Amino acid sequence: MNQLVIPIAVEGASRQRKRQAPKGRRVDAAALAEVQTLLGDEAPRGDLLIEYLHRINDCFGQLSAQHLAALAQELKLAQTEVYEVATFYHHFEVVKEGPDGHAPAAAALMVRVCDGLSCEMVGARQLLERLPALLGADVRVVPVPCIGRCEQAPAVVVHQHPVSWATPETVLAVVQADLSRHEPAPYLDLAAYVAQGGYALLRDCVEGRRDVESVLKTMEDSSLRGLGGAGFPAGRKWRIVRSEPAPRLMAVNIDEGEPGTFKDRYHLEGDPHRFLEGMLIAAWAVGISAIYIYLRDEYHGCRTLLEAELAKLRATPPLHNSRDMPMIELRRGAGAYICGEESAMIESIEGKRGLPRLRPPYVAQVGLFGRPTLAHNFETLYWVRELLEKGGAWFASQGRHGRKGLRSFSVSGRVRNPGVKLAPAGITVQELIDEFCGGMQPGHALYAYLPGGASGGILPASMNQIPLDFDTLQPYGCFIGSAAVIVLSQHDTAVNAARNLMRFFEHESCGQCTPCRVGTSKAVALISQPRWDQPLLSELSQVMRDASICGLGQAAPNPVDCVIKYFPHELA
Amino acid sequence: MNAITRAERAHIEATTVSFILDGREVAGGSGETIIEIAQREGIDIPRLCYVPGLDAVGNCRACMVEIKGERVLAASCCRVPQAGMEVSTNSDRARKAQQMVLELLQSDMPETSYTRHNEVDEWASRLNVGKPRFAPRPAVSGDLTHAAIAVNLDACIQCTRCLRACRDEQVNDVIGLAFRGAHAKIVFDMDDPMGASTCVACGECVQACPTGALMPARDVALVVPDKQVESVCPYCGVGCQLTYNVKDNKILYVEGRDGPANHKRLCVKGRYGFDYANHPQRLTTPLIRRADAPKRGDFVMDPDNVMQVFREASWEEALEHAGGTLRRIRDTHGKKALAGFGSAKGSNEEAYLFQKLVRLGFGSNNVDHCTRLCHASSVAALLEGIGSGAVSNPVMDVTQADVVIVIGANPTVNHPVAATWIKNAVQNGTKLIVMDPRKSELARMAHRFVQFKPDTDVALLNAMMHVIVDEGMVDEAFIAGRTLGYEELAENVKGYSPEAMAPICGIPAEAIRDVARLYATSRASMILWGMGVSQHVHGTDNARCLIALALMTGQIGRPGTGLHPLRGQNNVQGASDAGLIPMMYPDYQRVDNPQARARFAEAWGVPAEQLDDQPGLTVVEVMHAIDKGSVKGMYIMGENPAMSDPDANHARASLASLEMLVVQDIFLTETAYLADVILPASAFPEKTGSFSNTDRMVQLGRQALQPPGDARQDLWIIIQLAHRLGVDWSGYGENEAAVAAVFDEMRLTMPSIAGITWDRLQREHSVTYPCLHEGDAGTPVVFVEDFPTATGKARFVPADIIPAAERPDADYPHVLITGRQLEHWHTGSMTRRATVLDAIEPDPVAMLHPLDLAALGAQPGDIVTISSRRGSVSLYARADDSSPPGAVFVPFCFYEAAINELTNSALDPVAKMPEFKYCAVHVSLGGVPPEQTSYGGGQLLAALDARH
Repeated sequence: MNQLVIPIAVEGASRQRKRQAPKGRRVDAAALAEVQTLLGDEAPRGDLLIEYLHRINDCFGQLSAQHLAALAQELKLAQTEVYEVATFYHHFEVVKEGPDGHAPAAAALMVRVCDGLSCEMVGARQLLERLPALLGADVRVVPVPCIGRCEQAPAVVVHQHPVSWATPETVLAVVQADLSRHEPAPYLDLAAYVAQGGYALLRDCVEGRRDVESVLKTMEDSSLRGLGGAGFPAGRKWRIVRSEPAPRLMAVNIDEGEPGTFKDRYHLEGDPHRFLEGMLIAAWAVGISAIYIYLRDEYHGCRTLLEAELAKLRATPPLHNSRDMPMIELRRGAGAYICGEESAMIESIEGKRGLPRLRPPYVAQVGLFGRPTLAHNFETLYWVRELLEKGGAWFASQGRHGRKGLRSFSVSGRVRNPGVKLAPAGITVQELIDEFCGGMQPGHALYAYLPGGASGGILPASMNQIPLDFDTLQPYGCFIGSAAVIVLSQHDTAVNAARNLMRFFEHESCGQCTPCRVGTSKAVALISQPRWDQPLLSELSQVMRDASICGLGQAAPNPVDCVIKYFPHELA
Repeated sequence: MNAITRAERAHIEATTVSFILDGREVAGGSGETIIEIAQREGIDIPRLCYVPGLDAVGNCRACMVEIKGERVLAASCCRVPQAGMEVSTNSDRARKAQQMVLELLQSDMPETSYTRHNEVDEWASRLNVGKPRFAPRPAVSGDLTHAAIAVNLDACIQCTRCLRACRDEQVNDVIGLAFRGAHAKIVFDMDDPMGASTCVACGECVQACPTGALMPARDVALVVPDKQVESVCPYCGVGCQLTYNVKDNKILYVEGRDGPANHKRLCVKGRYGFDYANHPQRLTTPLIRRADAPKRGDFVMDPDNVMQVFREASWEEALEHAGGTLRRIRDTHGKKALAGFGSAKGSNEEAYLFQKLVRLGFGSNNVDHCTRLCHASSVAALLEGIGSGAVSNPVMDVTQADVVIVIGANPTVNHPVAATWIKNAVQNGTKLIVMDPRKSELARMAHRFVQFKPDTDVALLNAMMHVIVDEGMVDEAFIAGRTLGYEELAENVKGYSPEAMAPICGIPAEAIRDVARLYATSRASMILWGMGVSQHVHGTDNARCLIALALMTGQIGRPGTGLHPLRGQNNVQGASDAGLIPMMYPDYQRVDNPQARARFAEAWGVPAEQLDDQPGLTVVEVMHAIDKGSVKGMYIMGENPAMSDPDANHARASLASLEMLVVQDIFLTETAYLADVILPASAFPEKTGSFSNTDRMVQLGRQALQPPGDARQDLWIIIQLAHRLGVDWSGYGENEAAVAAVFDEMRLTMPSIAGITWDRLQREHSVTYPCLHEGDAGTPVVFVEDFPTATGKARFVPADIIPAAERPDADYPHVLITGRQLEHWHTGSMTRRATVLDAIEPDPVAMLHPLDLAALGAQPGDIVTISSRRGSVSLYARADDSSPPGAVFVPFCFYEAAINELTNSALDPVAKMPEFKYCAVHVSLGGVPPEQTSYGGGQLLAALDARH
């Protein structure tokens, strides 16, 4: 949430207040009735807390303390349990009672301006400066972290309607036209997908024409690795979870939040059933009883699309025996990068704050609702059908410079044609720019690049010949992660990029562990100085890497360390 | 805040492993973490968020260790070693991480110290972390809105120890960690001021905080105490062990001690309700009633004006006047013209000596105490059914139960620390069934909340038994082998089908069936109950039904099962055990049993015929006897029947008509106001003695303070008064030697505590009885093999519906339920003089359902007048939906609105227990605001604040 908590005077309960009611905030009857209406007839479920918060936030434009108290009562939760979840997620507008006992009115409209690196490089600041005056006091304009539209930078979202290549004028036009929803562009829907042979593979599996072992073998042979960023071999993961006791669950990660990354959205917007079929095959192979798809809240169009296609899938299941279909629930994120971390995502699906868990135990053993869980990135599942149809060797035969497979690179920044580029794993950045992106933009020359989003570090143009793949970048203090390549030119600086990225990490740190919570904050302060205290930064970096609970804090120092290592001239 | 709960963690397989720790081979096992093993091996790893007793969450990262071959360091508080692992706690890399974490946290610490033990500073100093090199975070504001606790968030390190103490341990669920990242903030409810939040001030968060971010208010914990005294809590029957931090004969602050009933936990009363002992209104000199101050029952008094009615006297004069007059009454009007009320707040030794004084000095069995107003009916039913009035299993057994029924009890208010164990059990999967006309806090956590209509307990419980019999869920082997009278009971409950009872108790038949099935078929089911069961004219019947439930299902005699009447006062168990009841000698040996009489006569060195062979009068019967003129003199120690008896106006009038009333107390109570002689006594922390809690644990309260002025320890006073009545007890000696001597005599006359020596009590702090011989470890769970009855078998006693003595009608359409409040104890004489407790609940309130308030046209906080056929009080109406519509709940602790003026003195025929939980009243809007005198209303804290 955007810190819109209206402060109230700090005073305890008065003597008269103590006479009136028991301790603490009492549930307001009107607010309770409103919440009950929004919850409907279904028995309230604690794991749907975030879903319920969305319903209230969507309906009232904010979450008042009265509604939160009412929701807590309905869910038999303590008020603080609801409040801490509501205030964890940026998309919830939590407001407290004013002096009159009522919540202030919500803003009429919310305009979110992406201040991710790719957008900042092309004018996000100017939008943030000009839009408030242009749009008027009723409209709240707020900076938000990367919204996954980097190829359309600068990107803005008016309520739920995305504005690509935004200018103050185009944003104003959208606001004036009252466009606030995102209708998905045409895509391959269920009927079209089935017409093209879709779900035949799934039927082959479920109906015994393919056996689990052969599918697992193909997956292993393909050497497909998790495409969310961690790169764990997919086939091995299936086998591990399959060997755990049932019931086993599956969590699908479409919380695509790594700045610079938009490949999952790209594939999902075009061919959603390819992903869903892969997901169902994985569920069949591993013996999954329920699937939870976690979609980042910024992808409003994708949500509309997925809701529609999942409904169709339930109405006309591709399997003859509908009991072979696992339960599928679509869950909506609420603005938290950290929920892309698998255990944080699991916490979020359980209706909690997205705090990453400590390992061990690993989610394959103790995951969602305490059950063994197969956690997969969207894209990993997207490739399953093609792999099984063409064979593991086909996929492994792709690749360049000795690497295997295909990667969906999200390319943004100073290239001529940004976008998702399906390219061989192991391609160098120079080849990617030249062969897939039509070269650099006019007037721009390659100065630096981020090989793996915000976390993957920054490399100078001189190091443009490194194969981009898992494991190839580690020697340079970098990694490929989600294959989000952001290209900087001579008009940009690595120092500014590092400041942008560290602000992002500070903003998105869950706050659980000291090295990350305090470390990102202190790092932002240190690198905002004209002269960097490099020895102290190095010490801090090492401890953030060594002692943070999850990848966010462990990778957060990468950009800073890269600047010190590869761009010393900027610090001179 | 990992999702792995304690229970799940226990299931993660762990065997003994050996591994390398700092170069040496060590062994660890059964899920032990590296930090625990290191601790045992004498290696100190820095830690902040980790504290034994709370779930390890690994968020501070001060305890990082290096494990060979692993990419990153590991939090030693969360990591269980694997065989062959090489762990280094002090490698360069591990040490740098530990130091940097401390430096980061220290850089955000305020200049001001809020505690004498800041763990960040202490570890930083041990690890030679120099002055922090980072700029501090922006200033963070504090919160001083709570009467007991100062919130200094500028010292907060987000370790969540307070949060876990609040939510995992006490399960009060007030503290949260809200917002995200650097904004992450410890909040109360929804980031509300602590003083306006739902905080119940248990203080567990303060005890847990490592940096002083949460501290006792007004900096009291910055003072270095002269001494620390290990004692127990003076309030409820849970029996929490605590430590008094004392300076200059005053208690500075209190900390929880690791006792078997509380494991360091305390509630608001135990932690913050101690300073009554230093209240200026303490009685410090013996007082004799002035000749020009006649007694009347309808008085308004102010303890500040005590000298309008009394004059000071020497101990010699006061004792001679009191003892001499009692002696004269005895010798003139006969032995039964005297009666004594002892106290469940006194020690075992005081209770024992008090009843001995009545039986030897007064010469009758007219001795009773407030157990009559609390669990007498439970005890009557238990003695009749299973031969013992005590609990079968300790409260802690709820953690071993699969199903727990809490009926007619509000433990979060009246037994707060016991409630935490119940809540912990629920967190770990136990199914809680709350059965109560009132919706207590526990209802939120209940698997089933059965909100039956007041007064319909027997209907509901018989219907449950009907289901159990009807559906064949009885434990036939248990019934056959260990009980008598089942057939009669089964026949009786035939007429109580759930369908027939549903309209009577307001619970759907299917819900009754469901609850019955849950209870009967679980592996282990336990029942806990309170005054909601006992304080009825059918209280004994209610308890009989609960006993029958346990017997027919065999849910007794094993861990996690059984019957637990939650004891109210800190020593109501011990006082009853010690014979402070009219029909029994110590250890429940009946006075009308010639063998028992002979035994006690021998032990006390008197001829058997000197002991009265008839049971004496109970509390309410004594009042009636005074009216009839048959009781003329009384000795009341530490009880306040003028406030606590039903139909208090009548009780006051009765007491006022006594020829001689001797009251021994620490304040001028309403009862003391009617006294002829007042003997100034010692407050709990001013004396040493043993106390028996609800779990049958005998524990030691140790003297921490000197009594003020000329106030004396109670045991001394009893001995002195005995002397005036012709009983020479100089042989007991004085001070603590006397306490030990009395205890020694008790254990010789009470087989159940025969194995507990005074020395052992000093050493072990707590021993559970039955403890039959020295070396006996004590017996927490009883009735494992048989019941302590003549046959060794338990007896079913059927019960039928008896309605309340006074049902609502057109004139008095509401039901009045009385009880207690979390902050206030009993009649309020102590707690309303404790600064923090009085500040949190300053005024008399009646809890009314919002719908009832609306029907009256009243706003919350308005004055309402409640009247019954016996009296009328005006007080503030609190909107509270915990009371069902039509029922009003009023605590009986407020002198300015003494609700017992309204209650009905109708008695349970067996136990002589009055019906505090049900009488008919009329509620109207308006009335004279309650008038407070020199205490209550938050005066103490206001005065303190004014001074600062």
